Amino acid sequence: MAFAGRRDVPEPPDFGILKRLARDQLIYLLEQLPGKKDLFIEADLMSPLDRIANVSILKQHEVDKLYKVESRPAISASDQFCFLVRPRIKTMRYIADIVNADKMSGRSRKYKIIFSPQKFYACEMVLEEEGVFGDVTCDEWSFYLLPLDEDIISMELPEFFRDYFLEGDHRWINSVARALQLLNSLYGPFGKAYGIGRCAKMSYEVWRDLEEESEADGQGRKPEIGNIFLMDRDTDYVTALCSQVVYEGLVDDTFRIKCGSVDFGPDVTSSDKSIKVLLNAQDKVFSQIRNEHFSSVFGFLSQKSRNLQAQYDRRRGMDIKQMKNFVSQELKGLKQEHRLLSLHIGACESIMKKKTKQDFQEMIKAEHSLLEGFDIRESTSFIEEHIDRQVSPIESLRLMCLLSITENGLIPKDYRSLKTQYLQSYGPEHLLTFHNLKRIGLLTEQSAGETLTAVESKVSKLVTDRAAGKITDAFNSLARKSNFRAISKKLGLIPRVDGEYDLKMPRDMAYVFSGAYVPLSCKIIEQVLERRGWLGLEEVVRLLNGNEFSVSDSAVEDNPTWESQRVILAVFLGGCTFSEIAALRFLGKERGCKFIFLTTAITNSARMMEAMIEAKA
Amino acid sequence: MDCYTANWNPLGEEAFYRKFELYTMEWSLKEDLRDCLVAAAPYGGPIALLKNNARKEKSPGIRPLLEIYSASGLLLASIPWKSGQLVQLGWTASEDLLCIQEDGTVLVYNLFCEFKRHFSMGNEVLQNHVLEAKVFHTEYGTGVAILTGAHRFSLTTNIDDLKLRRMPEVPGLQKPPSCWAVLSQDRVTIILLAVGQDLYLLDNTSCSVVTPPGMSPSAGAYLQMAVSFNYRCLALFTDTGYVWMGLATLKEKLCEFNSSIRSPPKQMVWCMRPRSRQRAVVVAWDRQLMVVGNSTECIQFVLDEDSYLVPELDGVRILSRTSHEFLHEIPEASQEIFKIASMAPGALLLEAQKEYEKESQKADEYLREIKDQKLLPEAVSQCIEAAGYEHEPDTQKSLLRAASFGKCFIDKFPAESFVRMCQDLRVLNAIRDYQIGIPLTFTQYKRLTIEVLLDRLVLRRLYPLAIRICEYLRLSEIQGVSRILAHWACYKVQQKDKSDEEVAHAINQKLGDTPGISYSEIAARAYDCGRTELAIKLLEYEPRSGEQVPLLLKMKRSKLALSKAIESGDTDLVYTVVLHLKNELNRGTFFMTLQNQPVALSLYRQFCKHQERETLKDLYNQDDNHQELGNFHVHSSYSEKRIEGRVGALQNALDEYYKAKNEFAAKATEDQIKLLRLQRHLQEDFDKPYLDLSLHDTVSNLILDGHHKRAEQLYREFKIPDKRYWWLKINALANRGDWEEMEKFSKSKKSPIGYLPFVEISVKHHNRYEAKKYAPRVTPEQRVKAFVLVGDLDQAADAAIEHKNETEMNFVLSKCTASTDTAVAEKLNRARAQLLKK
Repeated sequence: MAFAGRRDVPEPPDFGILKRLARDQLIYLLEQLPGKKDLFIEADLMSPLDRIANVSILKQHEVDKLYKVESRPAISASDQFCFLVRPRIKTMRYIADIVNADKMSGRSRKYKIIFSPQKFYACEMVLEEEGVFGDVTCDEWSFYLLPLDEDIISMELPEFFRDYFLEGDHRWINSVARALQLLNSLYGPFGKAYGIGRCAKMSYEVWRDLEEESEADGQGRKPEIGNIFLMDRDTDYVTALCSQVVYEGLVDDTFRIKCGSVDFGPDVTSSDKSIKVLLNAQDKVFSQIRNEHFSSVFGFLSQKSRNLQAQYDRRRGMDIKQMKNFVSQELKGLKQEHRLLSLHIGACESIMKKKTKQDFQEMIKAEHSLLEGFDIRESTSFIEEHIDRQVSPIESLRLMCLLSITENGLIPKDYRSLKTQYLQSYGPEHLLTFHNLKRIGLLTEQSAGETLTAVESKVSKLVTDRAAGKITDAFNSLARKSNFRAISKKLGLIPRVDGEYDLKMPRDMAYVFSGAYVPLSCKIIEQVLERRGWLGLEEVVRLLNGNEFSVSDSAVEDNPTWESQRVILAVFLGGCTFSEIAALRFLGKERGCKFIFLTTAITNSARMMEAMIEAKA
Repeated sequence: MDCYTANWNPLGEEAFYRKFELYTMEWSLKEDLRDCLVAAAPYGGPIALLKNNARKEKSPGIRPLLEIYSASGLLLASIPWKSGQLVQLGWTASEDLLCIQEDGTVLVYNLFCEFKRHFSMGNEVLQNHVLEAKVFHTEYGTGVAILTGAHRFSLTTNIDDLKLRRMPEVPGLQKPPSCWAVLSQDRVTIILLAVGQDLYLLDNTSCSVVTPPGMSPSAGAYLQMAVSFNYRCLALFTDTGYVWMGLATLKEKLCEFNSSIRSPPKQMVWCMRPRSRQRAVVVAWDRQLMVVGNSTECIQFVLDEDSYLVPELDGVRILSRTSHEFLHEIPEASQEIFKIASMAPGALLLEAQKEYEKESQKADEYLREIKDQKLLPEAVSQCIEAAGYEHEPDTQKSLLRAASFGKCFIDKFPAESFVRMCQDLRVLNAIRDYQIGIPLTFTQYKRLTIEVLLDRLVLRRLYPLAIRICEYLRLSEIQGVSRILAHWACYKVQQKDKSDEEVAHAINQKLGDTPGISYSEIAARAYDCGRTELAIKLLEYEPRSGEQVPLLLKMKRSKLALSKAIESGDTDLVYTVVLHLKNELNRGTFFMTLQNQPVALSLYRQFCKHQERETLKDLYNQDDNHQELGNFHVHSSYSEKRIEGRVGALQNALDEYYKAKNEFAAKATEDQIKLLRLQRHLQEDFDKPYLDLSLHDTVSNLILDGHHKRAEQLYREFKIPDKRYWWLKINALANRGDWEEMEKFSKSKKSPIGYLPFVEISVKHHNRYEAKKYAPRVTPEQRVKAFVLVGDLDQAADAAIEHKNETEMNFVLSKCTASTDTAVAEKLNRARAQLLKK
């Protein structure tokens, strides 16, 4: 980015210790079952595990064969089975089936279940009901936090979003609180805590309770993270639903970044095999383009390749000694850079092929009109055509939701007709998907629900915050009003366009959406940090359905000279997108502070939509 | 101080014994001790007394009276004895009173005469009655041994984990043994008994005759035996007045003594201290007390009144009606210091300090003498140690003063031992006060540990003193003060004369937020006392809601428990309560309870979704939640393999949706049923898979396969919007390559989607020829784009010029290549120039 930003941006703390802690505990747990054992790993724990301990470490601790949970186990002669799983009921039944099958055939083995990040009572209950509780031993691998990059920590719990926001299941709140406790003990004490959203508030309270109970003394320690901001995903669905146009976001939308790495297929690598690439700050090429608007990425890459060529060319005039020096010192780095450069150019081409078609341009145009709130009719027709032509079930759904949430619900006629069209195009089973979307408030009908929200707020006034939270859950099935238009106006989310928005020299966070829209979530964080609280944002808070808080820990010294005062932990409950990360990184550079991201998982519009789809059977 | 050694009695060459008074007894006892059953707990414990136990008492009005006193004779509690005939009293290690009845029942009381529980020593004992009983302490806990009327022994080594053991029979035993004792060797409990001149050893399986080594054959019949506190030594007394002292293993004789008193002694106990080589036995007759050991001489005391001996770790306590005395061997440190004309460093230091106080220069002389021998550190240590053995605070003080004085002349004497001793003595003096009445010696105190001492104070309800000691010794709050406060609170809740509010308030005021206090434990105690309301009030103070839940469940306040669990934010806790409720309540009430607790309901629903789907249905039914019921049926339709089953499930869903007044969902479901049926027909007719396709795909596939009529039929039947139908049809036709049909279709009526899509789709399938057919029919606004698409730039240019639209002209221009389209480009440039002129 041409914009240099302030020079005094603090360095992020070292999160490598989180990995080491997790690895050590895992090894300890494996050692608890001495001797050779087969390890069954839950599919979605595989990538996170890979970042913590590779196969050779597992082998060192006497893991014999590795299986994936879900695939029928191969006939194994091992006397010991170890299961590394998420605390899910389905998985418990899978394990119970294995144990019971062994019992039937008269085989005796040792079984050990390691739950990550924690065990739930319901799991034990299922084991008990299936009659295998006495046959297995249970342990917990407190692997709450996976550092994906120097400033991103993920809990790798994509199900958090659906479980909490759709099903009203509070199980994971405890996990979030424990994750905060861990961070607080390593990098805290956090001096100031801000937050918005009911989940944020509950997590914060449970975390405080945990801190009180543990009585760990963090006093007098010099904190490495000074502030923490918790936010519920449902505070801002709009941003998450927009098409991403910064490079990292686009790569995620197009190729799906999984646990910090991406599989570039043959169309990118221009060979016949896929290459797995770790995308983080270590990647010299990627780190320079990740936060750029896509339109400037190509220019950058070609400039970069010219530079590279020039460096290669230097060797022409070299004598033997210089050449020796060049080969031994620079060539490796250059080759590495060369490789990465060609990969990212390949990725860009692939993205271009997919995205620069007419369709994409029109879709972005439609999205922008939705955000700005004009030509709604036209956008609605666009969506209708999108559905009729079966462009993509997920994209269609996303556009419908975006329309609903920006317009505070669809008008009844559109609500019915779009849904009917959708069912005809993509299959009747989406009837349940629509029900889910209504429940979570992403796709609703205008005016309905208003009366009840009034009741809700009245009730909330009568009782304490905690209890109110419980009561409002009763209204969970009712659509929450999004009030996007009003909030947008209040916070100035749509920048006034005078002339062309220079995407190469961005002036605000709107650049992550081509200058058309400042992400709401990031704007809230910016405003609250600037005001050091919610003062003056009362109207916005009301429109966001409240549940805001701002607490400063009096026990923590407020020492303005500490760099940690300018390190902010942004916690996204329910996931955050790369666009939001890019926007806050930009804000950080501009304000001379450093944002650290803690998210339940990296998300994007497609993942959110997929979470709402009711799987068959 | 001259007469300091006045009460020292030498026994042999090296040992001195002294007897001094601990307390003048406060109990103003009228009866003789010999008329009472007496039991005094070791470690300065309480004394239990049962009066009027003699069964031959003819006066029926007088009931036996059970009284418990502190060691100083203060009455702690008393009750009239209403249960059966008592044979023996004894104390457990945790200071509970064991009352052993004739029928083998053992009643357990606390030291305030409050009944705790009872247990039986078995049927055999019940039938044959208890002849004699002994309470003993081993590493396993407190045990009880019983000699029955059938001359058999039964015992248990731990009354808290009752396992009765019946010992083997002693062959030929016709009358009760003259004396017996319980021994503990290598963690095995055995019984040694004497019948006449024979000694028998009873272990778990066998009975064997034993002979003590070095026992003279003319010694006579055994009358009395005594085992030392630590079970290491054994003493035997015979009817010739001979005392044999040896190891309890009967492997070695230590010494012997001939008292030439032939009458059987009333009591015989060992008197020794840990780590001392001196061993002595105290033998008591009615009016005479004799200390015998490794010497031909013995120490004799006259007993003015009836006395009772209590063996201790490091001596013997002697109880009588008026006084309470302690008899022990003088420890080495004290001997060194106080022995007449002692030149030990400690003695010199004490002397030096005294002179120093008198401001005499002799102090220096003494000091110099010690320092010359380089024994000053030893002198200080000696004084400190000796202070611990002294009962009189004055003596303690002078010794400590001497130590403190000597300390000044040593460079680096670690203060630790001195400070500790001062603290310990302070504590000991406090508890030895007659009001408290725990005459612990320093040695006993160290063996007992401070934690146990605190427990004993708590047991005596001496909470303030216990707290003071904790504060004084700076014990951590959780170990010390908090624990004691919690005990206090547990006692407080038993005070029935105070109202729930008062008690709860009093407790909260005293306890506040002291760390380590568990209000739930106190509440549990309140509940045990039958004060449920108080328990609930106390739980309110419990800051950790997680702690409240289990007790609330126990008290059957499940609903309260549920809300507390939810408040805690711990979902596991919520599950616990939910499961509990599920078992406790009937299904209807259970569901109703859940309906009022959305968080719990969501959790339970999640559980059911994966584990008990049928319950989910009941849950919705209960609530008349037709919408969810509809969804439920739709969901289960997916798992139906057969099409009839699926239609059936959907039909159910349809009904529910109608009930839920969700017309949209009803209509959609109806359509789905219709579609399913149709798809089945299609599948049969065309032998191709149609099931599970969306309507769009179904129609599309029909067209692809050329079944235009059927497609048309579906289009009408499902009221597919025209736009969609046209998109769908031209797409399918293009895929099929049926350009003829497409052209026909394009002319069937005016296209609702215009004609640009026709052009686009043809171009997409690389059929420019077809595309060109439609380009002219495209609306004027889109015509330029259409012509560009088909590659007819000339026409595109014409259209753009016709529109006089600069953007369009530029767009066409950008598509022109220099080599081939020069004419077109020129034309455009001209038109553009013309346009700009205007």
